[in-house]
Amino acid sequence: MVVGIVSYGACIPRYRISSEDIARVWGQNPPLIGKQLGVFSKSVPSSDEDVVTLAVEAARTAMRRSPVAGDMVNAVYVGSESHPYAVKPTAGIVAEAIGATPNLTAADFEFACKAGTAAMQSCMGLVGSGMMDYGMAIGADTSQGAPGDALEYSASAGAAAILVGKKNLIATIEHTCSYTTDTPDFWRREGQIYPQHGGRFTGAPAYFKHILACGRDLMKAVSTGPGDYKYAIFHQPNGKFPLRVAEELGFKPEQVRPGLLAPEIGNTYSAAVPLGLAAVLDIAVPGDRIFVTAYGSGAGSDAFDITVVEAINSMDRTGPSAVRSMIERKVMIDYATYAKLRGKITMGGASR
Amino acid sequence: MSGLAGVRFWRETKSRYNLTGNRCGVCGTVFFPPRPVCTRCHRESIGRMEEHKLKGTGEVLTWTFVHEPRPGFEIQVPYILAMVRLDEGPALLAQMVDCGPGEVRIGTRVHSVFRKIGEEGKSGVIYYGYKFVPD
Repeated sequence: MVVGIVSYGACIPRYRISSEDIARVWGQNPPLIGKQLGVFSKSVPSSDEDVVTLAVEAARTAMRRSPVAGDMVNAVYVGSESHPYAVKPTAGIVAEAIGATPNLTAADFEFACKAGTAAMQSCMGLVGSGMMDYGMAIGADTSQGAPGDALEYSASAGAAAILVGKKNLIATIEHTCSYTTDTPDFWRREGQIYPQHGGRFTGAPAYFKHILACGRDLMKAVSTGPGDYKYAIFHQPNGKFPLRVAEELGFKPEQVRPGLLAPEIGNTYSAAVPLGLAAVLDIAVPGDRIFVTAYGSGAGSDAFDITVVEAINSMDRTGPSAVRSMIERKVMIDYATYAKLRGKITMGGASR
Repeated sequence: MSGLAGVRFWRETKSRYNLTGNRCGVCGTVFFPPRPVCTRCHRESIGRMEEHKLKGTGEVLTWTFVHEPRPGFEIQVPYILAMVRLDEGPALLAQMVDCGPGEVRIGTRVHSVFRKIGEEGKSGVIYYGYKFVPD
């Protein structure tokens, strides 16, 4: 049974801070730091934005673009590592806000930066098995980076929603596979505000090992090579890793750049690959084949082989809901404003 | 610790999340928030008020900068409150976000967005609902 993408939507906060501004505060070399990471600015959520609001906006765009009514969505899964509640599902609030309640299943997913693609796979399974017609998979994060830590240059915010189904498809998902191990490259303990990471250990034995293995497994399973794909989307913790892993797999930079958003908006964690996919779907034409490999610390990769079909031409993919429009609709802020918006300033008795 | 404060807000979730008002089945007037009886048709409208989801689009009737915030809004000062006339007719008071001085005028076209409205402190319920941004 063919399963695929019925619709999609994205949300990127309007505020940005430059890597140079962050570097200046922490005594680093401002012009050098952006080049080293390949991240020149990152998105910053406003004080009234969180994973719930970003997920709702992305999901509403996906619903508006589709012929599917809210009460036809049978599952809402939200992948994130920054759910506002430790106990109380983001997915239930999103389901209420898109009119999908009460006859559906909903849950929050967590697998570092690949929780959004794990949600996609779950929806594929439920739709493919015939248990339901439509499932909404969302990757959303307002990620945390400790002040002065390397993560602070990239940890950003965004969301993308993918409506999975078997009717009204704009793209088919030919195959998916995963590669999972126990790898302590990045983690956040219960109750801790900021995550910790293994520095350089996050590279070769973590990001590269998992993406390379999973990506090769996918191409082997569907008998393809890098040349068969118009676009390739990889998890993007910075602007450099995706280009390097693409090269190792045999992809060219021009296949990667349309879905590479980290240089402009940073690492949106669970939203990174779904947002990259949304950016590519915004410009894709029928027949385009898309290679997608997510990565989540801890660690694992999910890969997808996607082919765009004719119906994408009848979807409105322009205007303010396009990913490129959201990236360009920005307001630069300084570090003091960023610190205020991200709750890094302790207020005297006032709540945010 | 128990907290029933969230329940009061929860009762209005449908309206606050999805701008759900109602429409008089007699004269067609749309209300937000929903009213039990039409203000024009009075008892004729009893039992004929229909749920009506508003599109969330409209224009600014008037607006102001708030410099003395309500508790919980200190970090957003100065913020913009606007009276928005929705395209279906009702006017409502709401916060304008993602915009600054010069971006809001009387007549500015706006649309609703889903944002955090407030919270019962750091350990309590979070309230979500509509705010508006310029088109």
